[in-house]
Amino acid sequence: MDISTQKTQASPPIPQPTDAEQKRAARGATRPGDRVFLALSRGSGIFLLVIMAAIAVFLTYRASLAISKDEANFLTAFEWNTGTIPPKFGIAVLVYGTIVSSIIAMVIAVPIAVAIALFITHYAPRKLGGPIAYVIDLLAAVPSIVYGLWGALILVPQMDGLFGWLDRYLGWTGIFSWDGGPARSMLTVGILLAIMILPIITNVSREVFRQVPQMQEEAALALGATRWEVIRMSVLPFGRSGVISASMLGLGRALGETMAVATVLSPDFDIHASLLNAGGGTFAQNIASKFGEASEFGRDALIASGLVLFVITLLVNGAARAIIARRKEYSGANA
Amino acid sequence: MSNAAIADKRPSTLQGARLPKWSPYAIAGGSVAVAIGIGLAAGLDSRVQWGLIAGLLFVFGTYVIAARVEGRRQAKDRIATSLVWVAFLLAVVPLVSLIWETVQRGVKVLDVYFLTHSMGVVADAEPGGGIYHAILGTLEQVGLATLIAAPVGVLTAIYLVEYGRGNLARSITFFVDVMTGIPSIVAGLFILSLMLMLEMQPFGFAGSLALAILMMPVVVRSTEEMLKLVPNELREASLALGVPKWRTILKVVVPTSIGGITTGIMLAVARITGETAPVLLLVFGNSFINANPFEGAQASLPLYIYQQWANSAGSPAAYDRAWAASLTLIAFVMLLNLVARGIARWKAPKTGR
Repeated sequence: MDISTQKTQASPPIPQPTDAEQKRAARGATRPGDRVFLALSRGSGIFLLVIMAAIAVFLTYRASLAISKDEANFLTAFEWNTGTIPPKFGIAVLVYGTIVSSIIAMVIAVPIAVAIALFITHYAPRKLGGPIAYVIDLLAAVPSIVYGLWGALILVPQMDGLFGWLDRYLGWTGIFSWDGGPARSMLTVGILLAIMILPIITNVSREVFRQVPQMQEEAALALGATRWEVIRMSVLPFGRSGVISASMLGLGRALGETMAVATVLSPDFDIHASLLNAGGGTFAQNIASKFGEASEFGRDALIASGLVLFVITLLVNGAARAIIARRKEYSGANA
Repeated sequence: MSNAAIADKRPSTLQGARLPKWSPYAIAGGSVAVAIGIGLAAGLDSRVQWGLIAGLLFVFGTYVIAARVEGRRQAKDRIATSLVWVAFLLAVVPLVSLIWETVQRGVKVLDVYFLTHSMGVVADAEPGGGIYHAILGTLEQVGLATLIAAPVGVLTAIYLVEYGRGNLARSITFFVDVMTGIPSIVAGLFILSLMLMLEMQPFGFAGSLALAILMMPVVVRSTEEMLKLVPNELREASLALGVPKWRTILKVVVPTSIGGITTGIMLAVARITGETAPVLLLVFGNSFINANPFEGAQASLPLYIYQQWANSAGSPAAYDRAWAASLTLIAFVMLLNLVARGIARWKAPKTGR
C-alpha cells in the first residue's frame, strides 16, 4: 500500500518501467511468497505428468515380465491360460469383443444422442429444454455398477423377445442367429453400453449445437427453409467435428467400461459369429473376472492386457482431443 | 371444424397450405386404432409388435398426408420432428426403468438395521446383514482420495490459468485431457503393479490412490473453467494496489470462484464414489468392519453391490441387498450432484451475461 502511494507522489511524470522490470512484472514471481506458490502450483502440474509417465512405465514393465514368458502369440492366441506350464495367453478374443461391443454401442448411441441434442436445442419447448438437459446429466451420474446390476437382472430377461424376433427374420445371416440361451451376449452388452455413453455424447453435441451462429439459422429460415432444412444445412455441418469428437469420447468410455460388461456378459473366451449367443469377452471385463483367482504371474498377464487397453483408449481420446482442439470454444472434458 | 381439405382451399399469400395443429394427434390416434385392428385380425399377441406397427403407420401416414397437403419438404420436416421425439422417448425408457426398479426393489430391505450392520456373520445367500462396513469403507477411501486429488488438481488449474505459458503448460493441458480418458481399471492396474512390486496385500488406501488418479483431471478441468470466468479487472485491480500475485490469487481469484471450484470437486467426488473396478483390484472387499484404510482389505459400496450379485449364486436375499445398496449409492451420488449444482447457482460469479 505505502509503496504505491510513495511512487505516485515522488514522480509526477510517471516513470517508464525498464525492460527488466517489465519482464519481472509479466512473470509475476518476484517475492518469496510468489516463488513458493509458483513452485507449489507448477509442482502439482509436473506431478500429474509424472503420474502419467509412471502409469506407462510400470504397466509396460509388469507387462513385459508376463509377455516374455508367454509361449503363445500374445496378439493372436485364442486362449488365456496363465496357470499352466508353459503359460499360453493372447488377446485376440478380447480385441474382438471390445471392438464389437463398442461398435454396437456407437451405432445405437450416436444417432439417438444427436437426435436428443437436437431435441433439447431445437425441438423441445423452451421451458422443457433445461430440465431435460438436467435429467440427461443425472443419467451420466448413475454409477456403472448400478447400470450393470440393472442390465443383468432387468435388461437381460427383456431381450428375449427382441432376440427371438431377430433370430426368426435375420437368423439366416449368422450374425443374428440365437440358440435360445440367456441373453448375456455381445448385443445386450452393446445396448447397455449405448445407454451408458448416451449422456456424454448428448452433452457435448448439445454444447456444439448451441454455438451454431444464430444468423446462419435465421438466414436459412428467412429463405423459407423448414426446421429440418435449417438443421441439415446449418446446424449439422457446423456441428460435425463436435459430434465426431463427442462420439470418440463416448467410444473411449465404452472401450474401458468394466463393471457393466462384467455383470451382463457370460464370458467364455471365444469368438462367436453370432452377436446373440452368450459368450465372448472384453479387456476390462476379462481383467475384473479373472483377477480374483489369478496368481502373481496371472496378474502380470492381466496387466499386459490392460496396457493394450490403455494404449487403445489413449489413441481414441487423443484423436477426439485433436478434433476438439481445432475448435477451442468448447471442451468435452466436463461432460 | 376445418380439416385438411378445407385448409387446402384457403388462399394465403405468405404461407403454403399447412395441416391444422391437431393433425399429428389425429394421425397418431388413427394409426394406433388401425394397429390394434391389424393386431387383433392377424392374431399378434405381442404388445411391442402392436406398438411397432402403430409407429410405422404414424410415420408413413404423416408423410403421405403432409406430402399431399403441404408438399414434400414439409413432409420431410414432419418426419424429422417425429424421429427426434421418438429418439428422446426411447432414451427416457431405460432411465425411468432404472430408477423405478432400483427404488422399488431397493426399499424392500433398506432400513436403519441395513445401514448400521455389516455382513460379518451373514452368509451371502442368507437374508439379513447390512452395508455399514461398505459405507464406512467408501467414505474413507473417497475421503482420502479427495484429500490427495483436490489440492493437486486445484493447484494445477491455478498454474495453468494464472502462470501457464509455454511448453510445460501445453503438455500439462494435453495430458490432463488424456488422463480424463483413462479407463478406471487401468488406473487400478497401475497401483496394482506398484503393489506387486512392493509385495503388499490389498488395503483401502491403495484404492484411494487409484481413485485420486481418476479424480485429479476432472478437478483440474472444472477448476480451470471456473478460474477463467474470474474477470481480469479483479486481478488487475488487486495487482495495481501492490498486492503480490500469490496473495491476489489466494485472496481475490480463488474466493471469487470458490463456489464453482467446490461444485467441480463435489461432482468429481460423486463420480469416483461409484467406481468399482479399481476398488475390486486393490481393496478386495471384506464382510467385516475394517475402519483402518491403511491395513487389511476393506469393503466399499459399489464393490458390495458387485459381490452381492456375483458371489451369491442367485439368492434373492443377496439381490435384495444389492438393490438396496444401489439405491443408497444412487441417493448419495444424486445428493452430491444436487448440492453441488445448488452451490454453483448460489455462488455463481456475476459474469454480466
